[in-house]
Amino acid sequence: MSEVQATPTRGRTRPSGIGESVQRPDATPKVTGAFAFSSDLRHDRMLWGGTLRSPHPSARILSIDVGPAVALTGVHAVLTHSDVPGVATFGLEHLDQPVLAGDVVRYEGEPVAIVAADHPDTVCQALAAIQVEYEVTEPLVDPSRAETATPIHPDGNVIRRIHLRHGDPLAADREGLVTVEGTYEVGMQDQAFLGPESGLAVPAADGGVDLFIATQWLHVDRDQVADCLGMDPDLVRLTLAGVGGAFGAREDLSLHVHLCMLAMHTGRPVKMVYSRSESFHGHVHRHPARMWYRHHAESDGTLVRVEARLLLDGGAYASSSGAVIANATCFAAGPYRVPSADIDGVVVRTNNPPCGAMRGFGAVQTCMAHEAQMDRLAAALDMDPIDLRLKNALAPGDRLITGQVLTGTLPVAEVIRTCAEHPSAAMRSDEPMTRPGGAGRTADADHVVRGEALAVGFKNLMFSEGFDDSSAARCDLRDGVATITCACAEVGQGFVTLIGQITSEVLGVDEVVLAPVDTTGIGSAGSTSASRQSWMSGGAVQKACEEVRAAVVARVAVTHDVPVDDLVLVEGRVESLSGSVSVDLAEVTAEPLSADVVYRHAPTSPLDDDGQGDAHVSFAVSAHRAIVDVDPDLGLVRVVELTTSQDVGRVLNPVQAIGQLEGGAAQGVGLAVMEEVLVDNGRIRNASFTDYLVPTALDMPPVEIAALIEQPEPGAPFGAKGIGEPPCISSTAAVVGALRNATGLELARVPVRPADIALADASAGADR
Amino acid sequence: MRTDPYRLTVNGRPVEVVDSHAGESLLFVLRERLGLPGSKNACEEGECGSCSVRLDGDLVCSCLVLAAAAADRDVVTVEGLSDADGEVGPLADVQRAFVEAGAVQCGFCTPGLLMAVDALLCEEPDPDDLTVREAISGNLCRCTGYGRILEAVDRAAAMRREARS
Repeated sequence: MSEVQATPTRGRTRPSGIGESVQRPDATPKVTGAFAFSSDLRHDRMLWGGTLRSPHPSARILSIDVGPAVALTGVHAVLTHSDVPGVATFGLEHLDQPVLAGDVVRYEGEPVAIVAADHPDTVCQALAAIQVEYEVTEPLVDPSRAETATPIHPDGNVIRRIHLRHGDPLAADREGLVTVEGTYEVGMQDQAFLGPESGLAVPAADGGVDLFIATQWLHVDRDQVADCLGMDPDLVRLTLAGVGGAFGAREDLSLHVHLCMLAMHTGRPVKMVYSRSESFHGHVHRHPARMWYRHHAESDGTLVRVEARLLLDGGAYASSSGAVIANATCFAAGPYRVPSADIDGVVVRTNNPPCGAMRGFGAVQTCMAHEAQMDRLAAALDMDPIDLRLKNALAPGDRLITGQVLTGTLPVAEVIRTCAEHPSAAMRSDEPMTRPGGAGRTADADHVVRGEALAVGFKNLMFSEGFDDSSAARCDLRDGVATITCACAEVGQGFVTLIGQITSEVLGVDEVVLAPVDTTGIGSAGSTSASRQSWMSGGAVQKACEEVRAAVVARVAVTHDVPVDDLVLVEGRVESLSGSVSVDLAEVTAEPLSADVVYRHAPTSPLDDDGQGDAHVSFAVSAHRAIVDVDPDLGLVRVVELTTSQDVGRVLNPVQAIGQLEGGAAQGVGLAVMEEVLVDNGRIRNASFTDYLVPTALDMPPVEIAALIEQPEPGAPFGAKGIGEPPCISSTAAVVGALRNATGLELARVPVRPADIALADASAGADR
Repeated sequence: MRTDPYRLTVNGRPVEVVDSHAGESLLFVLRERLGLPGSKNACEEGECGSCSVRLDGDLVCSCLVLAAAAADRDVVTVEGLSDADGEVGPLADVQRAFVEAGAVQCGFCTPGLLMAVDALLCEEPDPDDLTVREAISGNLCRCTGYGRILEAVDRAAAMRREARS
């Protein structure tokens, strides 16, 4: 075939309105196998691409000899850093990452050379034939040494520090306060989306290039790719290919520039697909964190002051580390009233794998710590941990530790209360498969202890700190059929469903066409991240449809001589409330109407030198209650049940909302008890699904939805908040809290490993 | 290294594989040579189940099967579930159940899960929760947390029971 089959989200949908469990328009092609993911693309005369990666976390490159690879039959191109046509580096916040390593490599797996050949086997042979001479250097792998160590990059080893200071610094300098202190660690988590990095670049007759790619933000990719290619952005056209999950790992460029370079160099279409091992090396991970905390409270539990030192390991390149540490710092104290705070957050550069965005984005790490502290404080106060949380729960009108006053909704007490009060369905079972460790390593039923805990967490929605955050959409209404154009990346979350629902709600149409998602048809939709697309692209689609509705109404008001206020659009007709007018929308729009809009959320401000400012637009909070069974002798764990309540503003699609809550909770369970990228002296030891364990259907407990709290958010389209990230935030903290409750152990690090329980020092109890 | 041409039977139709490299997996041949990309390439080491197909009725990871070793054997892929003479026919019960239950998000695990669930329901028409969980525990899903998938299996089982009665 000569045409690329890559318009997976194109199609007609017969939606209905807001609040209904409308089915995904892409569900049918996804169950038949017809949906074209980025790894499914093919093209006439297509070549295969591959990447040679550094085996060393830190080394100087002395020489690269591509000759033996070029000489192989079937090899069409072997390119290195000297072949990068434009800017040699890229990055979301800082241009600090080489497209291809030049004089040094800074992490294991850093791309050094790229190959295009006639078959994947030939690609492997060519990669093996490239001769790279390295002078290996000692890697900087301990983030606590990064600030004082010799810089491993011209930009230095501190990527960003935020020292947040709020309220009276001497608030805790008095008698009678209860103080608890702890140090916590979070391991490196992988997004582990199933669809590997992949794409197809096709050189175009006009000297440009068409790139079909799975990404979270087409336009920011386009700009970076064009810069690196030294090409006019108009000549670099990106089309969204089917995305097999994202979770933050597709925010940064991976193979984008490489594919385009190979296509431009060979004059032929080039496809590249990462292996799973390569995927582990080829995208950023969730930042590992070390966090010291001290909480001070009145004897009645009222929080007085929170102090924390946060150290995040950013790995070799900045990615979105700056924004991650901002979130970790801003939300370090949790959704509680904290009148005085001192939070020193720093993210540093090391020769470990680069870290960046993952669902929850900085708030996951600190939630695990602040919730452990709240439980510890409750124990020190001899107070019920839920009462302690309720006593300090943030509410509208309160101030965050950034000084920002909560002007929107934030039902912290409501999510805690509904989650805590929801009856548990968890029963004890004699079935060996349901014991900790499952059938193969069955725990002794007599030794199994059960624990329970509740955790709550919150984070910002959308981009913060003064970022000009926008989304563009167009609505074309012709013959009663609405076509929506929006470059929002559908990564699995179901925005394609919401487009139809919003359009149907506003225009009363029962047929909506989704236009291809690319960089040529429309402006940027911003990133599918930060729980922002329902609000931002949802807002853009709503606004575009409302403008078209106004034009429809104006047209009918003139032709039928009725006031515009008298007209409504319902079920494909324009009708007057008085009943005098009823015309077919298809007739009215035989001459089409359209509207192009750009939607922006309310502006935000940067954080000042003390980490203070109205930096965020809106927030969402969730609570999880976990019930776990543990065999303390074997260290085996089973998460028996999760219960959750979440602040959603308004439910747009109940089934999709539940899917987000269940799926996010699964990633939280994974981080709590099994998922960790093991890094040994800079090298990943478990870059495979054999060794990096993702929860299976046997690992995942049922997720009981106690409540979806619907308090419409002022300023949000339909009052709806983004819902993707909160399920990932409080779930980990709840599970590890329940493990502490079951075992009495400190368990200050996630993921909790069997040895952390079975071999724990008996003296290191929770109440030290 | 090229192999001699060999024949596979895929979704009931004989196909000839020509010009293939000897080491190509059944997954690669299905996806890249036979135009059947429904079977997915998430790990290519037999851990994720995304590439699951039926081989002479057995559920296998097609990434672990040499394509040439499947010669003259009967292969059924996700495309075969709703196959109507080479075109997409009416959705099979498992496919309808996944669509209706909201079991599809990104969809990358979906084809493999459909094959696993179809195989399970052929063996065990009325599986309990634990049996279902075990049967699909070789299929990783990163989006759903499995909740809606388990709901879809219940629906599919009910559809199949109804169809029998």
